[in-house]
Amino acid sequence: MLKTFSRGGVHPPENKLSDSSGIQILPPPQRVTIPLSQHLGVPAKPVVDRGDPVKTGQIIAKGDGFVSSNIHSSVSGKVLKIDNELDPTGYKRPCIVIDVSGDEWQENIDQSANLVKEVNSDSESIISKIQEAGIVGLGGATFPSHVKLSVPRGKTAEYLIVNGVECEPFLTADHALMLEKGKELMIGIQILKKALKVSKALVGVENNKPDAINHLTNLARNHEGIEVLALKVKYPQGGEKQLIKALLNREVPSGGLPVDVGTVAFNVGTVFAAYEAVQKNKPLFERVVTITGISIRNPSNFRVRIGTPISDLIEAVGGIPDDTGKIIMGGPMMGKAIGDVTIPVVKGSSGILLIPEALSKRRKIQSCIRCTKCITVCPMGLEPYLLMPLSQKEMFDRLEENKVLDCIECGSCSYICPADRPLLDYIRLGKANVSKIIRSRKSS
Amino acid sequence: MNKVITVSPSPHIYGDYSVNKLMLGVVIALIPAFVVSVIMYGIGAIIVTFISIGSCVLFEYLIQKYVLKTEVRITDGSAIVTGLLLAFNLPSNLPWWIIIIGSLVAIGIGKMTFGGLGNNPFNPALVGRVFLLISFPTAMTVYPKAQGWNTPYIIAAEDIDTFTGATPLALIKNGIKSGKGVNELLEASGLHYNDLFFGNIGGSLGEIAAFALIIGLIYLLIRKIITWHIPVSIVGSVFFITGALWLFSTEGHEAILNFMNLKLPVIQYQDANATVTLFHMADPVFHVLTGGVMLGAIYMATDYVTSPMLPRGMIIYGVMIGVITVTIRIFGSYPEGISFAILIMNGFTPLINRYVKPKRFGEEVKNG
Repeated sequence: MLKTFSRGGVHPPENKLSDSSGIQILPPPQRVTIPLSQHLGVPAKPVVDRGDPVKTGQIIAKGDGFVSSNIHSSVSGKVLKIDNELDPTGYKRPCIVIDVSGDEWQENIDQSANLVKEVNSDSESIISKIQEAGIVGLGGATFPSHVKLSVPRGKTAEYLIVNGVECEPFLTADHALMLEKGKELMIGIQILKKALKVSKALVGVENNKPDAINHLTNLARNHEGIEVLALKVKYPQGGEKQLIKALLNREVPSGGLPVDVGTVAFNVGTVFAAYEAVQKNKPLFERVVTITGISIRNPSNFRVRIGTPISDLIEAVGGIPDDTGKIIMGGPMMGKAIGDVTIPVVKGSSGILLIPEALSKRRKIQSCIRCTKCITVCPMGLEPYLLMPLSQKEMFDRLEENKVLDCIECGSCSYICPADRPLLDYIRLGKANVSKIIRSRKSS
Repeated sequence: MNKVITVSPSPHIYGDYSVNKLMLGVVIALIPAFVVSVIMYGIGAIIVTFISIGSCVLFEYLIQKYVLKTEVRITDGSAIVTGLLLAFNLPSNLPWWIIIIGSLVAIGIGKMTFGGLGNNPFNPALVGRVFLLISFPTAMTVYPKAQGWNTPYIIAAEDIDTFTGATPLALIKNGIKSGKGVNELLEASGLHYNDLFFGNIGGSLGEIAAFALIIGLIYLLIRKIITWHIPVSIVGSVFFITGALWLFSTEGHEAILNFMNLKLPVIQYQDANATVTLFHMADPVFHVLTGGVMLGAIYMATDYVTSPMLPRGMIIYGVMIGVITVTIRIFGSYPEGISFAILIMNGFTPLINRYVKPKRFGEEVKNG
């Protein structure tokens, strides 16, 4: 029996169309738009001015405070402007726009393909290098990695959890990375283990990627304290809490963090970025992005500079299909629909998914028949059928009582609902309102 | 780009469940029982079923279109299921106009007054059935005997004795009232447990064949349309409660004495005339196979809208239905009580949902 998390979950069609594409390199675009807020926390403060020349990998904005992150130029060229531009949230927010000329990298970055095996830094210098490099969680949550690595006083980490699950349908960026950069990942894991001062690392990969599981298992034989585990395919196993439950049968307490159960979890993309930052002095300014969709001719994975407009990615796979009705940044279950192709790729973009028009519209809402499917699939043990009307009727105390804040917004309830009710829409609204109430309660 | 792009919150894909498919699944699961009823009761079963389905769908359409003036949603299939289940709870010789009244009550009062599908607190088919049982007690309790295709739909007055008879439950209940033992009664009627299992008995048209209903149950479980909790807890509690009572009845006493030479006491009770009577009772297998237990447990009590949401709640609900059913059967004035039991527990469903909560993730921290 393969391991998996115990409660809830769904299994949507996997549609991993870009599985065999490998990682292709997308050359720098003509102009990049780099948002100052690509991480959870306070936006970074620009340290360059309009007209300044910049090199690839040069810091252009500094993290403002502890829970914030540095931003580096992904190209060489000249700063055109610092202005409000559309970013993946769909709003105009501060961005640094750079006109590209050539591709001149910072001198201290090791551009060679050599594998640097020896980890010479100690825990503190690893964490500070990761902070300097502006690394955030690349699985999508974009939480600054240096904050996660600084285990709070009074708590101890026991395991490093490496997330190679990639449970979202369509996305294959992590899969491709595991296949092509396995050796680097192993060293990245050793680096993060050293930073956390733990001796054991568990790598969770879903069983629909047997080649990646074999590859990593073989590599892990030469490394101490790394175990690769195949997991049963079930969404949302890539959720931090679900993955920890699946691997260790530990439940992160409601409102708690993984470190409360002795674990710290990182996505494989983040592990690779940590390797490059610590061993190669390379800050986070590019990432692997899947570009996929049923109507796309060659769904592929690209190594893309941060700030590249997604129209460039779509052009690289043969242009936008005529039937496109929806553009999603991320996977189909948790990704964000965007309304404009000028929006740039950011640190948290794992994929671009184009959905045909026929499948892009919501179905008609029917009455809840209380079939209990939403409760059955909820991985957090919530009752979406109840939370939706409570949110509609603004009964916030009962929403709080029924643990609305535990919702991880995986969308399993809306996915399964036979009456096509927009359960998650209203639960999100309820969450936002309840958090507001709790904040005002705390401040008064 | 001059295209219209949809922007909506996630998720962006949907599963292939729909209300129609779930309802269609229930209809498919009821086909074996329908086939048995046609074999046993002939043309009457077909007539009753189609009048019931037709009038339920028609009333839903008329009410949605002309009374509520809302969108007509008869295509969701819920009215078909209500009509089918109502028919399954009726005798196969029930006059057509009574069926139409039953459908009007089921759809009109049981369902649409509360706002239609999803909002009704009580199972609409049972509301219709119980309304008819109280309003037309004779018509609703004279059941045709299982005599196959030759059974006419309209039974002439002089043929009443040839074609109709009591249900096994009524036979036993009335017999015990007149002081007879169960074994004696069963022998006199020539009833075998095979007949109970395969439906060769008198009764409502859909409730008679336990095996056909169980085939439907297996289908519903495989398709994950329902879970085992409600049917198993109802049938299980009926079995265990009647079993426990039976052990201390005259019949159970004898059976245990013959089987393992163990003497169990027999319950005795006094009636109003202070006559001491020994307690007589049929065995638990009889109680599970007769009457509406199977039909009720598998199809009526599991109605999504009116049953609890969580496994623990479903078990509380199921066990209570079993308790009330047995209480009515043994101590009440009706021979069968599952319709009432389900309706009573439908009333408790919101309360059960309010207090039975799922185990939240991270509620108890496990480290191991």
